[in-house]
Amino acid sequence: MIALSLQNLDIFYGETQITHNINVEIKEGESFALVGESGSGKSTVLKAIAGLAPEWSGSISAFGQPRSHNIDQQFAKHCQMVFQDPYGSLHPRKTVDATLSEPLAIHGVSNQNGRVEDILVAVGLDRKFRFRYPHQLSGGQRQRVAIARALMLEPKLLLLDEPTSALDVSVQAEILNLLKRLRREQNLTFLMVTHNLPVVSFLCDRLAVMRHGRIVEIADVAELKRGALKEPYSRELMDISSAHAG
Amino acid sequence: MSLLEIENLRVTFPTPKGNIDVVRGISFNLDRERLGIVGESGSGKSMTGRAILKLIRAPGRVSADTFRFDGIDLRNQSEKAMRSIRGARISMVMQDPKFSLNPVMTVGEQIAEALQTHKRLPRREIRNRVHTMLEAVRIADPERVATLYPHEISGGMGQRVMIAMMLIPEPDLLIADEPTSALDVSVQAQVLDIIDEQVKRKGMGLIFISHDLNLVSSYCDRILVMNSGTIVEECNAGDLRNATHPYTRGLIAAIPQLNETRDELPVLDRSTWVAK
Repeated sequence: MIALSLQNLDIFYGETQITHNINVEIKEGESFALVGESGSGKSTVLKAIAGLAPEWSGSISAFGQPRSHNIDQQFAKHCQMVFQDPYGSLHPRKTVDATLSEPLAIHGVSNQNGRVEDILVAVGLDRKFRFRYPHQLSGGQRQRVAIARALMLEPKLLLLDEPTSALDVSVQAEILNLLKRLRREQNLTFLMVTHNLPVVSFLCDRLAVMRHGRIVEIADVAELKRGALKEPYSRELMDISSAHAG
Repeated sequence: MSLLEIENLRVTFPTPKGNIDVVRGISFNLDRERLGIVGESGSGKSMTGRAILKLIRAPGRVSADTFRFDGIDLRNQSEKAMRSIRGARISMVMQDPKFSLNPVMTVGEQIAEALQTHKRLPRREIRNRVHTMLEAVRIADPERVATLYPHEISGGMGQRVMIAMMLIPEPDLLIADEPTSALDVSVQAQVLDIIDEQVKRKGMGLIFISHDLNLVSSYCDRILVMNSGTIVEECNAGDLRNATHPYTRGLIAAIPQLNETRDELPVLDRSTWVAK
């Protein structure tokens, strides 16, 4: 089954067209990466899917259900997003418990108490963190809370916007392991935006390289590992990454 | 004589539970070379950089047995004396150009200000030097860029402006605290090459603070690895692969590779070496 399908997606901010003719199909259970530099439009694609950039034409559909241009509760149930910066994405005046219960309240789900406890276990946070505020947590713990919040409604598709780029390498490893385990346990589909190719190599099955709002290449991660991407721009990105890896 | 001599440097902050040392008696020397300091958040690497500029604010305290820069004992320098050292002799590039540039001054004015604070020069001379400096950090159109405000330029360009500002007074020591963490991978390399080129050409000392081991090992001569306020390992950049301390090895192993085959990344087991 197709988890997410984007067809001829053009996204606009006012007069400015950000993306041109994006076509992507992601199968259920797959982990798909969008890579590219800042300004290539990769985060904008995620925002459009999540409903944060409502000016688009073309079609977005998840699990066969097309997304409307408005706030779409049905869609939100299947598709949730994790943001880049855990310092900015959690409400500073809400406890972890309040943050995690809110999606349940909005969607009228029962057994809030039990669900919050279960999810804390799933993302590897001790119970003592439940009534703390974000400023009492480290960056890695906050990102675990942000992932937990996205999983509260038991979505099938997770949008990840640079989920580890604000974290230390050692904490990044913990979060990447967590994402990999959750995907296996809950049969999730990932759409991840990143500019870190080694992370793609660890976590993803396929990738699309974006530049100036267009997809220039879609490839298997096996090709990335072999260093066999075809487009000159993809190779350029790959070379920069391997030069740094030393 | 080394450019910078530090022995038993401590940075202490008082808390309700007693004093906490965030830097616990570290010692190192720096010549006109490129030194990398790596470690996780909270390891004390940025505090070390700030302590060198005496930028630790009260109630934080800095103490050291030896704390000399180019023969000057930094311990007993007054605030006024420090102001003539900061910028002119030691300068610092911060992490994020979005927050470290003044939003209501043009790029050109800010760079000129850095120069004017330390030298009296005719206006035309200042303008020329600002433009030359912008060219040196590979900004193609310095005349135009000098008239722009920080919100009108990209992150990579902002960081290059920041570097231009820090280098225009021709300091002897540059401290770069995570200079590229807020930038894209492709722009990162460019910014680091510029720092590298300028440091080499002017024969400055460089302290490069970062959490990215790969980056540090490719741009520095020597590396200090810090963990909870102490230096756990010191090595030449080329020998990083042969590091022996479990903390350093753990950090290296945690980085995913381009041709990753491991199913799970190794996570640091903090219990094995926590310094007490």
